[in-house]
Amino acid sequence: MPEVTMATRAPAAASDAGTVLGVKSLEAWYGESHILHGMNFTVNAGEVVTLLGRNGAGKTTTLKSIMGMLAKRAGSVRFNNRELIRLTSDRIARLGVALCPEERGIFSSLDVRENLLLPPVVRDGGLSLEQIFELFPNLKERLSSQGTKLSGGEQQMLAIARILRTGASFLMLDEPTEGLAPVIIQQIGHTIARLKKEGFTILLVEQNFRFASTVADRYYVVEHGKVIDGFSNAELPANMDKLHGYLGV
Amino acid sequence: MQALYAQLLVGLINGSFYALLSLGLAVIFGMLNIINFAHGALYMIGAFCAYFLLNIAGLGYWWALLLAPIIVGIFGMVLERTMLQWIAGLDHLYGLLLTFGLALILQGVFQNFFGSSGLPYAIPDQLRGGMNLGFMFLPIYRGWVVVFSLVVCIATWFLIERTRLGAYLRAATENPTLVRAFGINVPRMITLTYGLGVGLAALAGVLSAPINQVRPLMGENIIIVVFAVVVIGGMGSIMGSIITGFALGVIEGLTKYFYPEASNTVVFVLMVLVLLVKPTGLTGRAA
Amino acid sequence: MTTITENTVPAPPRAIRDEMIVFVIMAALLAIVPFTGLYPFFVMQALCFALLACAFNLLIGYGGLLSFGHAMFLGTAGYCTAHALKVWGLPPMLGILVGVAGSFVLSVVTGYISIRRQGIYFAMITLALSQLLYFIYLQAPFTHGEDGIQGIPQGWMFGVLDLSKPTVLYYVVLVGFLAGFLLIFRTINSPFGEVLKSIRENEQRAISLGYKTDQYKLLAFILSGTLAGLAGSLKVFVAQNASLTDVEVAMSGLIVLMTLVGGLGTVFGPVVGAFIIVAMQQYLAGFGQWVQVIQGTIFVACVLLFRRGIVGEIAHFFKRSL
Repeated sequence: MPEVTMATRAPAAASDAGTVLGVKSLEAWYGESHILHGMNFTVNAGEVVTLLGRNGAGKTTTLKSIMGMLAKRAGSVRFNNRELIRLTSDRIARLGVALCPEERGIFSSLDVRENLLLPPVVRDGGLSLEQIFELFPNLKERLSSQGTKLSGGEQQMLAIARILRTGASFLMLDEPTEGLAPVIIQQIGHTIARLKKEGFTILLVEQNFRFASTVADRYYVVEHGKVIDGFSNAELPANMDKLHGYLGV
Repeated sequence: MQALYAQLLVGLINGSFYALLSLGLAVIFGMLNIINFAHGALYMIGAFCAYFLLNIAGLGYWWALLLAPIIVGIFGMVLERTMLQWIAGLDHLYGLLLTFGLALILQGVFQNFFGSSGLPYAIPDQLRGGMNLGFMFLPIYRGWVVVFSLVVCIATWFLIERTRLGAYLRAATENPTLVRAFGINVPRMITLTYGLGVGLAALAGVLSAPINQVRPLMGENIIIVVFAVVVIGGMGSIMGSIITGFALGVIEGLTKYFYPEASNTVVFVLMVLVLLVKPTGLTGRAA
Repeated sequence: MTTITENTVPAPPRAIRDEMIVFVIMAALLAIVPFTGLYPFFVMQALCFALLACAFNLLIGYGGLLSFGHAMFLGTAGYCTAHALKVWGLPPMLGILVGVAGSFVLSVVTGYISIRRQGIYFAMITLALSQLLYFIYLQAPFTHGEDGIQGIPQGWMFGVLDLSKPTVLYYVVLVGFLAGFLLIFRTINSPFGEVLKSIRENEQRAISLGYKTDQYKLLAFILSGTLAGLAGSLKVFVAQNASLTDVEVAMSGLIVLMTLVGGLGTVFGPVVGAFIIVAMQQYLAGFGQWVQVIQGTIFVACVLLFRRGIVGEIAHFFKRSL
């Protein structure tokens, strides 16, 4: 893949020791269902942190709660010294947080170009279209196709690409490799590594922890809406058995 | 033969109103998932607005074409902000009931002050008279109504299907939560969309005023026909609403010529037929 | 998404007993009306509308289908009964049967067409169908168009009951109302009613359990339409005419309003709502079009603030099923 020169990103302004995201006692409900029972974790500037856990543990709900997409939430979510817990999702997006959802969310009534350009630029430092096309050359050829006519892998690329334009410095990727061929998964891995190099901070949700281990700095294990364990990438080999137990693999 | 063409013209004119009104309904339904029962009443208020602008403010037809949709559109946005937003999370049938109630209020108020008879509104000077086309005599104003409606419909289609703003609207219709998470103020967009739909209804009212006079009940019967148009066309596509609206107007006009007793009912009969053959409507997207 | 009725209180046996008690009280109160000073024609009219609203409520409250064209059943049965009584000279019972048969046939036909769509589309289709019927009745000679069918003889029911006497007529109408009400009550609390409720809650789930949901909905529609027709037939005796007003959109709207005010999805709500609205119509008769404005305001107020309706609020407060 050709080397892409991107503008050097200033690290996101952080409170203590470069913490970009601080989640404390985060609770969340879908209607009557109490999904998150008190999530606690942090993400530091320039890191890739992965949330691991079984289906239904609350990982996607956590991302959505941070993004403000759940109506009922409690606790504290601090992003660069701003409290997000009471804000609406559009306000949160404008502070520099972006979500690539699990279902990808490609709009069928928009073509690829419109999908790509949809999220508005919220601050400086986002990628230009040229830079995006150098990262994802497939997209350039498919600009006038209807958004959902793309293959699964292409849709995933599109979903990631469109939040890179906005200038958001903190990206949340929900299961980006789900259902994709190994070749595409590798490509996504390269992309995340590249983004990390350019100073993005990334919170990843993954079931495929082999993939996660190629990009992540730290891991948290989520079960029943709570963080039950955490370790760094270096500690991963020592914790493999424990991890297998948590994930029931 | 003259009579046939004359009836065809009437059909095209009615079709213009059907198209403008069903377009507004479709746009509102797409974004808010509400069937705006008040649409007929707002069409009527658009016509009254033109009347008031002329008789109170001395502003003529061309001013009315511009101002009435804006005024009524703003009124609609206030309604959306104060009442429709309140019931946004509930079953969509409540929206139908609420707007039905609003229609009763609006129509009742106007009926109280203006009775049931029509108030006159003159054709503007520039559009008076007619042209002899050979096969028929075309009153200029009526030709203007058809052409202008077509232009407005196509412009609206273009706005929604081909512009950035339209992309926001289409995306928010599909997945408002995600669009909001990208930083777009979706509630504000919903309000503006309601205003747009209402503005289209008011515009139709202004166009209608010189032809149909300005009457409190003018919205009541047309709205049900427009509902049938919308069921036939399917709410799925903007272009579908436009084409179905014009087409049904023409069919109604032709029926009036060939079989007048059925002219009131032909749209409904067609609706029944479409429902039996293709329940999702002609453009095919399901409810 | 909240289903249209917020009064979704499950009905354990204790609740059914509660409802039966209220029913007996209601029947008793209604039975003594001729001995109070109340004007019997007002109560009779209210009873007809109460039955009509209960029939409508069966469809929306328990089937989740909002019919915006129920007036077509009222009007059709009315015209059929009126014609049978006046032109064919049939005795009252047969006249009622003709009316009910007419609305039954109509409900089968319109039900078959409408059930194909759900929710809002269903409401719009029923609205358009009733408007279609309005225009047909406007032009059909047998209805006498704008004049309507006037001066309908009340006759002698079964040869012994003189229906021209208000008290006699009152009890006949009351029996008709109670019979219809009990039929609805029985239906709601039967296995059929349970399936209907489950379809309202989650149609996909019901389908996956093997229920042919369209058939259930159609049956509910037919039952609702036929009982609405019974109300229309009874009303002919009370008003002694049948006119276009009974088939107008405004009438359908009124039916919805009665049920909304009383409480969608409650057993007694439609009855309460009907009495209130009929009383209101009488009281406000001299106010011209302000009646429309007031009705609209009540609609808006109910939807915004008062969705459970009167009986619904009472039931919610006492945590009972009413």
